[in-house]
Amino acid sequence: MSDVVTMDDLSNEEILSILDDSERLVPVARGDVHLPLLQGKVLANMFYENSTRTRMSFETAMKRLGGSVLNFTSVGTSVAKGETLYDTMQMVEGYADIAVIRHPRQGAAQYSADAVDIPVLNAGDGAGNHPTQTMLDLFTIREAHGTIEGLNVVLVGDLRYGRTVHSLSHALIRFGAKLTLVSPEALSMPDEIVSDLRSAGAEVFETSDLGDAVPDADVIYMTRIQKERFPDEDEYAKVAGIYMLDANDMHGAKDGMIVMHPLPRVGELHPSLDSTPNARYFQQAFNGVPTRMALLCRGLGVTIPKEVNT
Amino acid sequence: MSEMRRVTAICNGTVIDHIPAGHALQVIRMLRIDTNRSNPVSLVMNVPSDKMGRKDVLKIEDLELNQEELDRLALISPHASVAIIRNYGVAEKRVVELADELVNVARCTFSNCITQNDREPLPQKLRVVSRDPIEIRCYYCGKGQSMEAIVENVL
Ligand SMILES: Nc1ncnc2c1ncn2[C@@H]1O[C@H](COP(=O)(O)OP(=O)(O)O)[C@@H](O)[C@H]1O
Ligand SMILES: [Mg+2]
Ligand SMILES: [Zn+2]
Repeated sequence: MSDVVTMDDLSNEEILSILDDSERLVPVARGDVHLPLLQGKVLANMFYENSTRTRMSFETAMKRLGGSVLNFTSVGTSVAKGETLYDTMQMVEGYADIAVIRHPRQGAAQYSADAVDIPVLNAGDGAGNHPTQTMLDLFTIREAHGTIEGLNVVLVGDLRYGRTVHSLSHALIRFGAKLTLVSPEALSMPDEIVSDLRSAGAEVFETSDLGDAVPDADVIYMTRIQKERFPDEDEYAKVAGIYMLDANDMHGAKDGMIVMHPLPRVGELHPSLDSTPNARYFQQAFNGVPTRMALLCRGLGVTIPKEVNT
Repeated sequence: MSEMRRVTAICNGTVIDHIPAGHALQVIRMLRIDTNRSNPVSLVMNVPSDKMGRKDVLKIEDLELNQEELDRLALISPHASVAIIRNYGVAEKRVVELADELVNVARCTFSNCITQNDREPLPQKLRVVSRDPIEIRCYYCGKGQSMEAIVENVL
């Protein structure tokens, strides 16, 4: 019940209330206010796949709220010896109050959530979902535009294997955003997701041309074409580097348009973009901390005070 | 109204009528009556039907379909009629209704699904996302499963 595996695990009301909670937690996330709401609680950070931002922001979120963190890696552990995910989760349940899991296999987060009673937060399952990233993305969009409704959001790059855009597209249409999906044919959004979006009555426009999509965009959400998800080198070479934005591209954009990216970037965002008012990706990475604080509190049934004093 | 029976009457068992023409073999596979069973089975294919143009009919002796088997049947043939035969007469009619979730009916075909590891102990689960047209996805990974794939990967 307090698991978050896909965005379907959160109602619109809950999403908004988590975003409000996150907003109040910003000074705590920065370290300006001491608020040990999770003192004595233990988080198991289960990373079966590499991560920088997600793992670190969960860790700092837990620690800034007074909790502690067990960091798990699959290298050189019982997992390398062939332990099942089920068995590993049984062990973790004995050691921690809440678990965050990232796993290369799709469905691993739902499987873990079903294996144990402690709350499980999905931090990315293969090319599946990444709902905690979606929460920080929604936070970033709302922070910039004050709302999500009616915005024209352009999702760019690897929409097939990019799990962040899978969770994000589901959430955006629930709040009435319009979606433009920009990708090469080979990396287009999976059929299951497009079918869900359309049957939810969403306005979804698919194209392979980024230039056409810039002038009307309120948000451009760039993603990296992920080499590690490609079956072979040649297929990757065909599509690597097809979408790039630099400071000059911002001239044709609307005032207030923001550029987001789940990071790391490999070349799709030129450094010249960093100093434009449109660039939001570093702010977005910071926003992972307050939103993950709010998600940890929700998972552990801890209420965030209405006033967080500075 | 009496319909000319193309196969002899059975004493006890189940008659599955109104199977879409050509699908009887899939039903046999889904119900696993092609393996580990010795029940006599009569099969009629492509016979004329008022309701559906052409249809298939299956008669399975000495087996009364249980709920799990009805769920399996519902996947291939949600509009089939099922009659339980006892002592040469129709004793009961069973409703074929597709459940929302199918547990240990077929394995997910997606190569990167967590359930691909045979040693993982939790059950295989498929979710019925839509009935008309029928759309089925793996409960864990969310990948769509074609009907052919389900029949191929039946447990
Ligand atoms: N003893 C039997 N042996 C084999 N088939 C039978 C027997 N009794 C009924 N059936 C078949 O079972 C199905 C259902 O029977 P019934 O209820 O009489 O038909 P309907 O539902 O079409 O009016 C029909 O296809 C019928 O031919
Ligand atoms: Mg659970
Ligand atoms: Zn699956």
